[in-house]
Amino acid sequence: MAMPAAEIEAMIKAALPDATVTIEDLAGDNDHFAATVVSEAFRGLPRIRQHQLVYNALQGQMGGALHALALQTSAPE
Amino acid sequence: MDNQVFAEIQSQIDANPVMLFMKGTPMFPQCGFSARVIQILKHANVPFKTANVLDDPELRDGIKTFSNWPTIPQLYVKGEFIGGCDIITEMYQSGELDQLLKEKGITTDAAA
Repeated sequence: MAMPAAEIEAMIKAALPDATVTIEDLAGDNDHFAATVVSEAFRGLPRIRQHQLVYNALQGQMGGALHALALQTSAPE
Repeated sequence: MDNQVFAEIQSQIDANPVMLFMKGTPMFPQCGFSARVIQILKHANVPFKTANVLDDPELRDGIKTFSNWPTIPQLYVKGEFIGGCDIITEMYQSGELDQLLKEKGITTDAAA
């Protein structure tokens, strides 16, 4: 049960259309990713709320098909 | 999700100022993310309590719903959900974690 990076990016962008998404396949196994997401939607929100927006965008895949996604979020500079 | 699990979680985060829900134990973490948070808490030198979600499938699912957070580990300080491994790591590196612990009145082991 793996999820390609392009699919992760597409799901995040569907929920956060302005987001800049960078995804790194950490182990080259389509299973351990690190994502950096920059979106205006994050501005002023505490980190847990920012991450929850991304998790919501992934519609329950996180912790399921998507085993490991290290997340870094921020608003544009 | 049954209320008994939620009540159990609530009583654990009420009773323990620094409460970590993790996979495995501090001595034998069974997941790299849990291991990392344990290292950070040890480094921060504060007393903490852990619950092993691998011992209890209901807790493992329950904590995810309780916190609205899909992954484990999960850290609570004074009843407040702080985050998972990524957020704790980021806060530790920026010094925010120490500041938060201090603001919440968590004293380090060294001071005790």
